[in-house]
Amino acid sequence: MKRYLATLVGGAVALAASATPSAAQQIEIEYWQYFFEARVNAMDTLIERFEEENPDIRVVHTHFPYADYRTRVAAAIPAGEGPDVVQLFYGWLYDYIDAELIQPLPEDVFPAAEIEAEFFPMVQAMNVDGQYYALPTAVRSLALFWNRRLFEEAGLDPDTPPQTLDELVEVAMATTQRDGGGNLTAVGLTMGMTAQDHHWWREVLVRQFGGEPYSEDNTQVTYNDDAGQAALEFYINLITEHGVSDIGFMDEPQAAFRAGRAAMHIDGSFRLGALRNSRGLDWGVTELPANAAGERYNFASYWVNGITRRAEGERAEAAARFLQYITSPEAMQLWLDVVGELPARQAAALTDDNLAHPEYGPFIRGLEYANATTFVAESQQRQMMVDMIDRVLLADQTPAESLAEAAEAEQTLLDNFYVTH
Amino acid sequence: MIARLYDRLTIGQKLAMWAWLFLVPAVLFYCIIRFFPTFHSFYISLTDWDLLNDPIFIGYDNYGRLFSDPAFWQVFGNTFLYLGLGTPISLVISFVVAYYLDQVRFMHGFIRALYFIPFLTTAVAMAWVWRWFYQPVPIGVFNNILSSLGMEQQPFLRSTTQALPAILAPAIWAGLGFQIVIFLAGLRAIPDSYYEAARIDGAGRWQTLTEITLPLLRPTIVFLVVISSIGFLRIFDQVFNMTPQGDGGPLNSTKPMVLYIYETAFDVFDMGYAAAQTVVLFVILLIITLVQLRLLRAK
Repeated sequence: MKRYLATLVGGAVALAASATPSAAQQIEIEYWQYFFEARVNAMDTLIERFEEENPDIRVVHTHFPYADYRTRVAAAIPAGEGPDVVQLFYGWLYDYIDAELIQPLPEDVFPAAEIEAEFFPMVQAMNVDGQYYALPTAVRSLALFWNRRLFEEAGLDPDTPPQTLDELVEVAMATTQRDGGGNLTAVGLTMGMTAQDHHWWREVLVRQFGGEPYSEDNTQVTYNDDAGQAALEFYINLITEHGVSDIGFMDEPQAAFRAGRAAMHIDGSFRLGALRNSRGLDWGVTELPANAAGERYNFASYWVNGITRRAEGERAEAAARFLQYITSPEAMQLWLDVVGELPARQAAALTDDNLAHPEYGPFIRGLEYANATTFVAESQQRQMMVDMIDRVLLADQTPAESLAEAAEAEQTLLDNFYVTH
Repeated sequence: MIARLYDRLTIGQKLAMWAWLFLVPAVLFYCIIRFFPTFHSFYISLTDWDLLNDPIFIGYDNYGRLFSDPAFWQVFGNTFLYLGLGTPISLVISFVVAYYLDQVRFMHGFIRALYFIPFLTTAVAMAWVWRWFYQPVPIGVFNNILSSLGMEQQPFLRSTTQALPAILAPAIWAGLGFQIVIFLAGLRAIPDSYYEAARIDGAGRWQTLTEITLPLLRPTIVFLVVISSIGFLRIFDQVFNMTPQGDGGPLNSTKPMVLYIYETAFDVFDMGYAAAQTVVLFVILLIITLVQLRLLRAK
């Protein structure tokens, strides 16, 4: 039923769009993304500039709340409605290809060799069986935020954030505050797998302790070994042994940091906008801490744009031109300025200005050693990390047992997925 | 032609025809918006459908999967815990409040309004306020009170045993206003002459309550038991908003069936499996409602 309703809605949108006057011979293409104010504004600006340069193409920009986004795309395209260029999370690519929602990018406009030379390496995940299907405008990575005032209160230099995991623990211990009853009133480091910590654990800590989270082809879970256990113990010990944090402190990690009740917080570049608007919060941001050997890792994720099956003939050509424009260096810089997400092309990201930028710099430097997890179902895989921690903290499992259970559950998920993909 | 046909109808037939004509909008609405999706979901439950591709017919496989899915049995148990705790507790509290409120004359309307306000409040806003009530110090009200009294903090939502009752509390509180008002109406509907007769016969308060008030409230109680049971079996808003990322945690300890259905359908996009759970929930609701109606309407 939802499907029919969505088709109706899609039809109404198309009708409304066709009712507006358009110049003769103008090709009209549609672009869809989910609603996030800064993204919508940035895209409106990009479309305006694109239409100025390409007066023969008109781009209709449609956006939906995130909750409905996937359902609507899935309903519209098979019904011959909806977008010509569509935004999707990089983790959904296989689903979209399988469902024949998107088509390969035309090789003449987007040569594979050029993509591989110019974009950050993680974008190669968009290459399936030798063909690229989608490209990002922007990418996101993680970094460590710190609160200068809490550093000062603990007698630490407010301008020297920790650079290694050992320093992280030391600083966290020094900045943790408790009341007379021993209750936490300010944490040294925010924690909780529901936020960004599951990426930190999977792609950063596991590697820093000498492991690999997944096999090369992403079909096997490989963190259930000594390295994975060491990484898990490091994480849990922050709570149980060092007592520098607790899950659910101030409800959500980012809330604790914004309220000035957390000395350190790991989060993505998309948090910059919210933090800039926090009055009275004196914060800085630095790269994620290295391990004892000085090795750094990071996690990157991104949204990509693909051309749907609906675009054929001259529409496909127009869609390719539009996609080329929104993945150009110029568009990426605008995206960085408006949305705060990092350019996906190395040349656009690694400019001297960007690298030296006090806020973007740490995130952009992180891109050079970042990995993107190939999720098959991100929210479920995150939940498995949440449960892995809770089983140790709330259900008296040992880290080894809980790790094994998480690895088994995730392997089952991957197996079920790759049976059909 | 049509006019002649119309003239040949009896008055009864004409009345029926007009009745149906006026009922058409409602009938169409129910058929298209209610019944069709309901029956269609029976069909979806027999398929493997990820929303993107066409559904594949797989017979009763989804139901087989349900029986061997430990998470399903856990949410099944949770759902009945919500029902088993929620319905009796809320009915007892609301009856006691209504019983005494009925005897209060001073600011009766104002007090009744106070009890009714939570029922008018958005469940989402209320759930978030309670979520913050339950936080550890420094922000949680309950834990601040506990620790200022020198007592140990309670984990509430961060405990596999306390979380479900903690979520149930605001759900009960929110429904009280409605139940109290219905009980008050039921109490007012009992004729005074019965009470006068009881007084003349020398019946005590307790005897009056158990021999007159409660038996005569039976229709009211039946109605409230059915309505509140259905409400607790479908609990969703509170759990979704009071657990991190709406995950029904920690470790699934607060997840009700409706939330599991929602996750299966709109996170995992496993529509067939979600529809199978929906069918099971539908059957449970149907059975419980029929049994309650039969039991409480007897005599």
